[in-house]
Amino acid sequence: MPLLEIKGLHKYFGGLRAVCDVSLCIEEGEVLALIGPNGAGKTTIFNVVTGFLPADAGEVIFGREDVLGLRPHEICAKGIARTFQIVRPFLAMSVLDNVTVAALLRNKSINQAQKKAEEVLEFLGLSEKAHLPASALTLPDRKRLELARALATDPRILLLDEVMAGLTPLEIDHFVELLRIVNQRGITIFLIEHVMRGVMALSQRVAVLNYGRKIAEGSPEEVTTNREVIEAYLGEEFLSA
Amino acid sequence: MRRCLFFSAIFLILLTLPFLVSHYVVGIFILIFYYAYLGQCWNVLTGYTGYISLGHGIFLGIGAYTTAYLFLSFGITPWLGMLIGGLIAAAVGLFMGFLGFRFGLRGIYFVLLTIAFAELGRIITLHIKALGSFTGLFIPFKPSFLNFQFRGNIPYYYIAFALMIFSLALVRIIERSRLGRYFIAIREDEDAAEALGVHSFRYKMISLAISGFLTALGGAFYTNYIYYIHPNTVFGIIPSIEIILRPIVGGMGTLFGPVVGSFVLTPLAEFSRTYFAKGGYEGLHLIIYGFLMILVVLFLPQGIISYIEKPLKSLLNGDHRVRRSEAEDASFGDKRPS
Amino acid sequence: MSLHLAIKFGISGLLTGGVYSLIAIGLSLIFGVMGVINFAHGQMMVWGMYIAYWLFVLLGIEPYFSLLVSAGALFAMGFVVQKLVVNRILDYPEAMQVLPLIGLGLILENSALLFWGPDHRSPQMSLSLSTIWLGDVMLDVPRIIAFVIALLIAFLLFLFLKKTDTGKAIRAAADNRLGARLVGIKVDHINNISFAIGAASVGAAGALMLPLIPLCPHLGHDFTLTAFVIVILGGLGSITGAMVGGLILGVAESLGTLFIPPSMKQVVSFTIMVVIMLLKPQGLFGGKR
Repeated sequence: MPLLEIKGLHKYFGGLRAVCDVSLCIEEGEVLALIGPNGAGKTTIFNVVTGFLPADAGEVIFGREDVLGLRPHEICAKGIARTFQIVRPFLAMSVLDNVTVAALLRNKSINQAQKKAEEVLEFLGLSEKAHLPASALTLPDRKRLELARALATDPRILLLDEVMAGLTPLEIDHFVELLRIVNQRGITIFLIEHVMRGVMALSQRVAVLNYGRKIAEGSPEEVTTNREVIEAYLGEEFLSA
Repeated sequence: MRRCLFFSAIFLILLTLPFLVSHYVVGIFILIFYYAYLGQCWNVLTGYTGYISLGHGIFLGIGAYTTAYLFLSFGITPWLGMLIGGLIAAAVGLFMGFLGFRFGLRGIYFVLLTIAFAELGRIITLHIKALGSFTGLFIPFKPSFLNFQFRGNIPYYYIAFALMIFSLALVRIIERSRLGRYFIAIREDEDAAEALGVHSFRYKMISLAISGFLTALGGAFYTNYIYYIHPNTVFGIIPSIEIILRPIVGGMGTLFGPVVGSFVLTPLAEFSRTYFAKGGYEGLHLIIYGFLMILVVLFLPQGIISYIEKPLKSLLNGDHRVRRSEAEDASFGDKRPS
Repeated sequence: MSLHLAIKFGISGLLTGGVYSLIAIGLSLIFGVMGVINFAHGQMMVWGMYIAYWLFVLLGIEPYFSLLVSAGALFAMGFVVQKLVVNRILDYPEAMQVLPLIGLGLILENSALLFWGPDHRSPQMSLSLSTIWLGDVMLDVPRIIAFVIALLIAFLLFLFLKKTDTGKAIRAAADNRLGARLVGIKVDHINNISFAIGAASVGAAGALMLPLIPLCPHLGHDFTLTAFVIVILGGLGSITGAMVGGLILGVAESLGTLFIPPSMKQVVSFTIMVVIMLLKPQGLFGGKR
């Protein structure tokens, strides 16, 4: 039984079909990447799954529960954590406090939550910056903070929205390593990514979205050599290549 | 431990002040403490969760009128009356919060909702005979502890002082707790907080209820200090503005903001009120408020505290133990306009 | 309480609503272009009223002519306010923008109080007492004239926005500030003009309002709140919404006084505002949220 199952999801914005009949299955422990040109509807799917947007039709099943329509905080409590495409740190709080807020979900006392937060920060290499205000961090560090917060909620599945955008190749490799370790610890990863280097290195399976529809699914190699996928990204002229 | 010394010194001075200065000055300090208290109550909601309320008059009025009415009609001691007033205010706050948060009102819409409540409270009370209608309510002077009425203003000084200290302590505790961190997270980025499991609706409601309850207690104090209340002086948008001005000037979302703001603003306001009102220049202090609101938001959006915090801290922490004060900075959670 | 009375009050309310519409259009324009809610709107109107009042009392000029002066003066005031204050707070979070404008409102209202005292003033003008009959309903002429002129001004504004270059630039800036800048529109200048126009319309509305209600400084804050109700009802940023909202509120308030004392008529407006915010926050005609 898959950990997260999206069945026949539809989301319209007025006349615009942002997501059209999309179905995906993610098994526990795997890493599934969702790719596709800009505007294909990927973040919309994340927003529906995490409760930020209502769906017009379809189901989202997590474990055995139907989670479609739940509020974001309830979804997080169930074990689905997410990061945002444009990072959203709590700027006026310290790095440690940022993560403590997340840790408070499963740790009732402040002390426990802070300990958990410190562990997570250690894992992500942010310990030295724990007492800096989040506003003082550079972008790669902010991305790490974003990940730290999501991890501090002890999720079963992590939804990552373009975490690697804007990073240098070295930083990307570092992130991939981190995520690999996270995955080895048993956390399922569902990621939206444009950075193919990361996708290829990390994912076991890839699904491709174009204009709201899933047009391909399979291993990274299969998907990147798929005609329709190439056409979607690059246009017809590249097909012969 | 210079800090401890500093605060203890101030505490001692304030404690003995009434015996050192004139009756008039004591009166000013009572108002300083009173407004610092109210500002702190407002701070719990607005400074910490970021939902701006321009209608705290509703809570002040409920506290004032409940205490007055119960005392005048049933002889119930204001000490009890104010708790009842507080509970009613909390209930109204929860109702307002329910309407606002359930329907997703944020930013300006929430502000308008609070104004609507405060003004509705004012207008409706103006038409209720049992509550004094257009004349207002006079509290007869029967001094006794039970009646929460005292001769002279020294007892009031200590009560107001206690209220202020209490509110400081409470906010300090909240700041360090789960509640406080959730509040600030909501303020900084409500959606991101929700995605991390923060039940923002529940916490906003809690914030509003606490803020409302405490503000009402202030209203009860006011009733028994001034002995006269009128819907225009406790409900409505003008009293609401009085409440918010100190924390804004001092620094929203900081522990000492409302206190600093009150120490700066209240004497100024009282001075212009007494000095100019005599010459028939009624609204002058409001004009001053108006200018302050403009100037502070334009030039000092984080309030006075942001200017004195660093120099004061380095003064208090002795030499350059910088790292620790940066952490303190961060966890005070300064409000930044973004 | 007869149908006849209801009709009289209804029509009277509709006529007053015309002036309300003009007030609200100003507010909507300001919000549409700059995203700022002018909390001093009603107070600006009251200054327009005072200007028209003094021109009448000292020089005998009827408000229907002095409205040009009121509008002109407020145009200047609006321009200055925008340049010095509003311009700097354009990118602040909505709720923080509120504060300086409330401050401005306090300044305007209380300086009026300071200069001219709290007493109500109701100047007797040439047409003050004349009425005409519409069928068997008696209507005040000043109210009818106010209605007609208000609608005329609204119509002219509408034409201005639709047909002239500046008008189009304003609409462009309202729609997409960055885009407007990119095509070469001097957005700062447009902002100044828009706020000035918004202020001018409310100044003119003030002059029109003078024969209709007794003047006193505290009207300022009542009218600011009324303007908000209308704009929320009609939809923030929508000119049509402001028009329709104004008319609806005029009628609702007027009919409301049949059931509740006039001093409580704000209860009607606030309730409408709260209900709309809860159920349809974009108002009747949508617009930015």
